[in-house]
Amino acid sequence: MTNNSIEKFQDPGLPEHIHRKADHDEKAAKTAERQVAILFLLSAVGTVLAIGSYIFMPQDVVIFIPIMGDQNAAQLFLGLGIAMATFFLGMGAVHWAKTLMPDTEVVAERHEFRSEESDREDFVATVKEQGGSAGLGRRTLIKRSLGLAGGLAALTPIVMLRDLGPQPKKQLETTSWEAGTRLVTDPGDRPIKPSDLEVGAVAQVLPALKDGEERTLENIGKDAVLLIRLNPSEFNLDSERLSWTHDGIIAFSKICSHMGCAVALYEQQTKHLLCPCHQSTFDVTRAAKVIFGPAARPLPQLAITLDSEGYLVAKQPFTEPVGPSFWERNTK
Amino acid sequence: MSQKERIIGGVANYVDERTGAAKWLNKNLKKVFPDHWSFMLGEVALYSFIILLLSGTFLTFWFDPSQRDVIYNGSYMPLQHVQMSAAYASTLHISFDVRGGLLMRQIHHWAALLFMAAIIAHLLRVFFTGAFRKPREANWLIGVGLVTLGIVEGFLGYSLPDDLLSGTGIRIAEAILQAIPVVGSYIAFFAFGGAFPGHVFIPRIYTVHVLLLPGAFLALITIHLMLVWYQKHTQYPGPGRTEKNVVGYPLMPVYMAKAGGFFGIVFGVTAFLGAVASINPIWLYGPYTPGQISAGSQPDFYMGWLDGLVRMSPPIETHAFGHTISWNILIPGLIVPGILFTGMALYPFIESYISGDKREHHLLDRPRNVPNRTALGVMSLTFIMVVLINGGNDLIATHFHMSINQIMWMSRIGVFILPPLSFVITKRICLSLQRADRDLVLHGRETGRLVMLPHGEFVEVHEPISAEKAWTLTSHEQPKAIPHVSEDANGVAKPKSLVNKLRSRMSTANAEQRPAATATEAKELEGGHH
Ligand code: HEM
Ligand code: FES
Repeated sequence: MTNNSIEKFQDPGLPEHIHRKADHDEKAAKTAERQVAILFLLSAVGTVLAIGSYIFMPQDVVIFIPIMGDQNAAQLFLGLGIAMATFFLGMGAVHWAKTLMPDTEVVAERHEFRSEESDREDFVATVKEQGGSAGLGRRTLIKRSLGLAGGLAALTPIVMLRDLGPQPKKQLETTSWEAGTRLVTDPGDRPIKPSDLEVGAVAQVLPALKDGEERTLENIGKDAVLLIRLNPSEFNLDSERLSWTHDGIIAFSKICSHMGCAVALYEQQTKHLLCPCHQSTFDVTRAAKVIFGPAARPLPQLAITLDSEGYLVAKQPFTEPVGPSFWERNTK
Repeated sequence: MSQKERIIGGVANYVDERTGAAKWLNKNLKKVFPDHWSFMLGEVALYSFIILLLSGTFLTFWFDPSQRDVIYNGSYMPLQHVQMSAAYASTLHISFDVRGGLLMRQIHHWAALLFMAAIIAHLLRVFFTGAFRKPREANWLIGVGLVTLGIVEGFLGYSLPDDLLSGTGIRIAEAILQAIPVVGSYIAFFAFGGAFPGHVFIPRIYTVHVLLLPGAFLALITIHLMLVWYQKHTQYPGPGRTEKNVVGYPLMPVYMAKAGGFFGIVFGVTAFLGAVASINPIWLYGPYTPGQISAGSQPDFYMGWLDGLVRMSPPIETHAFGHTISWNILIPGLIVPGILFTGMALYPFIESYISGDKREHHLLDRPRNVPNRTALGVMSLTFIMVVLINGGNDLIATHFHMSINQIMWMSRIGVFILPPLSFVITKRICLSLQRADRDLVLHGRETGRLVMLPHGEFVEVHEPISAEKAWTLTSHEQPKAIPHVSEDANGVAKPKSLVNKLRSRMSTANAEQRPAATATEAKELEGGHH
């Protein structure tokens, strides 16, 4: 293929410039000028519309636009005005550039970035010489201690971020649930009796607050629990887990064991709990075993029983951390 | 001299006497920029960034970046007397009680989507045309940095209003931090000032969103543009265009007018979208609480692919020695994106290593003439598309009456099969397009006109193509493979021979081409016809 007798196509060079009508025809140029002016005037109308609707349009008028639905008229016309103002200003400028400004292509030379060989040698020599005069090459002690000091100095800003927050300690492992904590409705904070839940029903519950305690989002993020009532015969649990239920009522952490979203969807027919974030699906009858999706662990189950007044209470705290995994989690 | 000319002269004189910049300015005002629609993608990104600066600053005047509890009593009735964070309440205030506030929020959000879309389209243009080659590797790296920061900036932005949807996103981000081995729970606790959600996260990301990252963007964009300026823009191959020149229009006045005008057009389009197309109606979601969730939660598209990866990952965790490692989070959340972005950043260096090409390039490639690179790009895009589609698997399931299970398995399999398949197909298409170019040059353009030959056969009339076109279609280089040399001149086996072998293999694949038509061939054919 590298045969010299093979002749390639030749570069014919830049094609000849074709002039626009407006370049030589004064009338065409005038027309173009008028078009540009009209575009600029449209922009001005847009600004009037924008400021006008800002000042005079009542704030509570709603108008219906097909597809888009109901829209607040004031913000709609303000926006349309601004859109007109900027869009036509831009169109005018572009049209002006295209029709009336010079459109002959210009050729500029380009030079290789690599410098002349002699300059490059001089440069290398300079670097060597200047570096050499500072003794960078020779004085290894200076070089090493400089490296050490520089590296260490960069640590300070990282260390100083330490006070951004406390250490996790046991906070990821514990919740507010204790033996005997009452289950209360969310919202409403009312204690619950088994008779409040029909078979097939679901309820979101939280631990009852102690005196003087306030409900924080941090606590909700760990404490939220789902109560589901099935026919006791529908359970497929080992005897220990079965003893954690009460009369068909079973309780799971609502915080997804995958990445912590609220597991909110319950399918009555299949008895599946579904997390809307990444569709992990848990089988209620088998202690929230993962049957689909990226979650790797079942939802932790909360053991429940009745207190002396017949209200549902926790039998014991959660036996494992709730929510997403972390390094210190001792998963068995 | 007219009065106007005198004034202009006076200003020029004033500036030069104080800066000595006459020569420099004169040269740069005449700077030549090539023109092509695909060169506007980067411009759109720049203009939408400016729109983000302007609309974002407007929002800061009312937005209250605080997680302090407040009771809402603004004019949006359904949330009256509801307890919420000040951040959420102030976003409601901007939306319902500041004139033009909702418009600005929507402009800001649409501009963010446009910014990301434009920056990605620009990156693809640069990739497929080989504009990242020497001497422009630094600008490629800056571009990859901008995309990465853009994803972070956008995520932090839509987290600010502290509504139910964005709080769920933050919860997921926290779970990713928490999943990092050894230090994860510490990093999460430091970032959130304690247990999730805490009271400091919104104020912290606010500083990052409005100060730290915009500052970084400004710095990077400035360097990016200075390099474009200094290295001069690349151009597409064509008659009169060489590695040694730039053909285009001078900065003043044409390019300035066009660029300024184009900014107006982009602003107009975002303002129009902000006016008519509702986006992120946070009042419908309600304030954030970790115990609830809005169904069908979807992140913005530039996060969607990550979400899709997380959704399709298999449920694997390692439990050993009292510790837990969540591969189901680490792989899709950190490892795969890390590999993708590192690979993307290093690509210019990898390509030049494989091809052994260390020269400067200012003429762009037509994608078909570099089949391997084009195929690799399509392959990566296919991967992203599969995971992005899986990110919307719940929507697709309801829309097309499929089960999520089916879609999940389709994407799990598809993510391994479709990218390689698209590589092979793209490469084939490139090669046949090369052949089509060759035929076009040698046999001319099909006219669609049929003529009957004396013996009754019909043939289509072909029209020779212009010399300009023939040059454009044949001027590209024919790459050569680097031969595999396992021994040096003295017959001693080279160390790293395996690496060399791999390199030679890849460079052979790289060099697969249909040879461009030559004038000699054209002449021979011509001779044969007559
Ligand atoms: C590349 C740059 C930027 C991107 C991608 C971006 C993205 C976003 C997004 C998606 C939102 C959510 C909007 C919503 O639907 O409510 C947001 C909110 C916000 N952004 Fe930005 N932004 C950028 C730059 C800026 C800058 C430069 C400022 C200020 C100087 C700013 C100030 C704000 C404020 C105050 C909010 C919260 C107010 C609200 O959501 O209504 N942003 N940003
Ligand atoms: S958080 Fe529930 S599936 Fe991911």
